[in-house]
Formats: sequence, structure tokens, C-alpha cells
Amino acid sequence: MSKVAAGTWVQIHRVILEAGKRAPQVPPETQAVPLEMRVRGTLARDAVLGDEVEILTAAGRTLRGKLIDAVPRYAHDYGMPVAELVQAGLDLARRHPRKPE
Amino acid sequence: MKIASTAEVMSRRDQIIRQALGLDYRKFARGPLRFDYEALMQSAGHTLDEVRRIQADSGVGRTPLLELRNVTALARELAPAGKGARILLKDEAANPSGSFKARRAALAVHDAAAHGYRGVVAATSGNYGAAVASQAAMRGLRCIVVQEAFDSRGLGQPEILEKGRACEAYGAEVVQLTVGPELFHVFLTVLEETGFYNASLYTPHAVAGIETLGAEVAEEVRARFGRHPDACVITHAGGGNVTGTARGLQKLGAARTEIVGVSVDLSGLHMASDRDFNRKSFTTGHSGFGIPFATQPDRVDVPISAARSLRYLDRLVHVTQGEVFYATEMLAKLEGLERGPAGNTSLAAAFVLAQRTDCDQFVVVQETEYTGAGKHPLAQLTFARQNGVEVRRGDPRSNVPGKAIVIPEHPGQLTFTEVALKELRASYVRNAVRAAGVKIIDHEDLAFLMQETRAAESLVRGVLAELEVLLVG
Repeated sequence: MSKVAAGTWVQIHRVILEAGKRAPQVPPETQAVPLEMRVRGTLARDAVLGDEVEILTAAGRTLRGKLIDAVPRYAHDYGMPVAELVQAGLDLARRHPRKPE
Repeated sequence: MKIASTAEVMSRRDQIIRQALGLDYRKFARGPLRFDYEALMQSAGHTLDEVRRIQADSGVGRTPLLELRNVTALARELAPAGKGARILLKDEAANPSGSFKARRAALAVHDAAAHGYRGVVAATSGNYGAAVASQAAMRGLRCIVVQEAFDSRGLGQPEILEKGRACEAYGAEVVQLTVGPELFHVFLTVLEETGFYNASLYTPHAVAGIETLGAEVAEEVRARFGRHPDACVITHAGGGNVTGTARGLQKLGAARTEIVGVSVDLSGLHMASDRDFNRKSFTTGHSGFGIPFATQPDRVDVPISAARSLRYLDRLVHVTQGEVFYATEMLAKLEGLERGPAGNTSLAAAFVLAQRTDCDQFVVVQETEYTGAGKHPLAQLTFARQNGVEVRRGDPRSNVPGKAIVIPEHPGQLTFTEVALKELRASYVRNAVRAAGVKIIDHEDLAFLMQETRAAESLVRGVLAELEVLLVG
């Protein structure tokens, strides 16, 4: 397993409430799973993925949790061109009130 | 961060909130049922002009009001003769963090700084987190945003992931949680541990910050077109947008502007469900917030919410997810404006309302928001398909939230569903009386319930009779 150096921007994970110990008003499918937390920050000391570690957050807090990612990527994107919406856009452009004759 | 048990933290809730706001809500209470709403709003302590100055200092407000000439022309093609009101759009995406939420955050963060807090905490998965983070960065305060982001598979709603990224871009620590109302417990723990300010969406400051939006709409429409807007169409979730905008319009004398709330219909999806969480293509501005917050506003991170939509709504309508995506396309293709989902929810309804309104009248859509990766129809539709939601073209009324998103085949298919405000008013009275645990009320309580809901006396009396509550004095 590759070492993650102290000072690296990382993500930690931790279970806040175990499954079955959730708030009484949650539906059964939520009651059946834990309440989990993920936070990003800089790693306090060298570690490997899966270790219990400490991070320093952007707000200056020290938080503990399991190291789950090093240099976590922002992976959300613009998605695929969805044919139904692309076609709706083409239809609308065709109906443009200022379209040249 | 030590996590105490839910019960332990919740038992200290009022004390934690008092310390984190420097505001004692007990002074507004007038018995178990009533409170003094105007006294609560005045506790923000700023006139409208002072709020404007505070916002101007941090680059917030004075956003452009755009006339949507091409969308109006298309509405007129579809409308009967003489109908087709002019549609105006307040481009709130021009605020520093890309949405009207900067107005709320400017006041909250100003209050935090004025009272010497070192940092601010906000519980939100939405634009408000980015707005608070942005304002905190301007004032050099620390910021923590607590958001509900993932389901139990660790799969994040794309729009929420984008907002989390934006918060980090503005220098905030982002605490990302899986689905569940226990977020509030984590939020209280963070407040208690840090001693930071509770930058709630629902304080009098945050709502006073939106009054400038309504005031600008009233002033600008009057200055340019010689009249007040005939309708102001407002995306509705927690109630702050409706409350603040309507109050601002009223302060500028636009008393006859019809206040129209609009939410995306997500009926049937449970907001605390690990399964339903990623079957929603909208993370706010939807009925899953709109209805519960209208009928029971005090469910939030302050003891009394300053956002009380039933006091101001003249009308509430629902639109479908497919119609909002279509409206987003319409704004981009016909007006050259690519904007995010929140304002386009009210645009979808305004497009229909304009077709039913005389052509010499003005319908205002009072917000836009930024768009970007994740916060985009294609990102949402791609994600919906990955989560088993069908996407097709057809009559948008055939949509089923969480199962099928239907993109209209024709602009004439856009419509909206009227929500019976009478029922929401009755529901509010039921909730308020039950929460107060009273069996006897007086005439001042009755007047309060009528003010809170704008319900007729007969409606309130009917609900009281149903609950076997005695009216005395």
C-alpha cells in the first residue's frame, strides 16, 4: 500500500451513528444503514489508506477518521448529452421568434 | 470532534442555539401558541437602507433585471388574443456566490462579525453554503458547512457535490453526511465545539437580507415600466425567498403584486429515505420542503423561523422536473442565458402564467442561479438514468417523481398544478395547536393564527372545533 505523506490533501470517513441507532422518525431503509461522515483536510502525519488518522480542516479543526482517499477528485461533471433534452433544445431553437425567414 | 448521543445534544439545543446567535427567542413568545413576528423581524436591527449598505459593502445586490423578449414572444404565440404578459428576470446569478443566497449570507455574516464570532456554521446542501463561505472569506471568518450529500452507497447527488466543491473553493470546511435528519445533531455538535455563529437560513437577519431583492424588483419595474409588477413568481422551499421578497415588495408599496410560489413536485418521495435520496433530480425548491415548511415553519435550526410563507403567499403552484429542464433549455436557446435550476423552476411557471395574463402586464421571475458541473440538466438527467429513473419526451403531466421524468414535446404542454392554500392553512393551524399542546385559546391566539395563515376566521374556527379546542375570553 502506498504511503500518503503528511500535509497531503485527503478525505476521511467516519460512522457517526450505527445502523439501528438512527433517529426514531427515519424510514426503515435509512434506519438499516449508518449515518456516515466524510470530510477533507490536510493529513497530520504520514499514513496509508485505511489507517485511523487526524486531519486539519480548512476551518482549523482537527478531526479523526479512517483515511479513504488521497488528493480526492471532484468527479461530478456535466453528464452525457441526453437525446430527449438535446432534441427539445433543437426544437426550441427552430421556434426562435427572431429566426431569419 | 466528540460525538455525544443525540438525546444529550438535543437536550442542550436551546442553550447551544442561544450562544450561537446572541439572540434569546424567549422574549418573542406570547404564551404557548403565539409569538410577536414583527418584533422578531425588527430584532435584526437594520432598516432596509442599512441592509442595502451592508450588502453593497460586500458586492451583493443591484443585480440586472432582464426582459425576456423572446420567451415572451413564444408565450404570446401560444396565448389567446390579448394575453401574454411581459416576462422579466432578476439575474441573481450576478451575486458574488452566484445566487440570491448571498443576500441572506451577507447579513448573517455581518452579524457574526459585529458580535465578535471567529467563525460561522451553516447546515445546508444548497447555494446558501457557498454564499456563507463566500461572505466569510470576505470578512476573514472561518466557515464550516454541514451538508447531506451521499446515500449509503457513497453516491453523491451531483448538484450537492458541486455545492460542496464551491464551499471548499471559498475556503470552508465541508462536513458531508449521508441521508438523515440527524444532520441537525452533528450541526449542534459543531456549534457547541467551535463556539461559532449559527448562520441559519431562518434568522431575522437572513430573511431581512432578502427584502432588498423584493425592493429592487418593485423599484426597477416601476422606474422602467411605470407600474409595479403584476405578479412576482418565486421558487419556494423553506419559505425565506417568498417571505423576504414579499416583505421587500410591500415595503416599497407594491401591495398589489401577486405573490406566486412555485415548487417542483416531488410528491411520494421521502426526504429522509436513503433509497429516495438519489431519485430526486432537484435538491431544493421542491414540494418535499415547500409543503412541510409552509405548514410547520419551526422545524429548523432556530426556535422560531423568520421564514413564514403562508403570511405572504397569494398562490402556490407545482411544476414537474421535466418542465423545469425544458424551461432551462428555453432560457438558453431563446435568451442566451445558461442558468441553474432554482430560478428556472419559477420561470417554468411564469411562462404559463404569462399566457394567462393580459399582455400589458408584467410577470417577474425574481431569481436566477449559477450553473456548472453537477448543477445542470444534463448532469441531473444522466444521474437520474443511472439511478433507474426513466427519461422520455411526452406530456409532462404523465411524470412520476422518482420513476419518470417527462420532457415536454412542445412549449404548449407546459402547465402548473394549483396547490390548495386553504388546505395548507388548515394544516398549519392543526400543527401549531398540536405543537403548543393547548386545549383552550383566546381571541388574541385566534387573531395570531389568522395572521400566520391569512386564513378566514371561519376556516380557523373550523379547525379549532375539529381539534376540540375551546375559544375563550
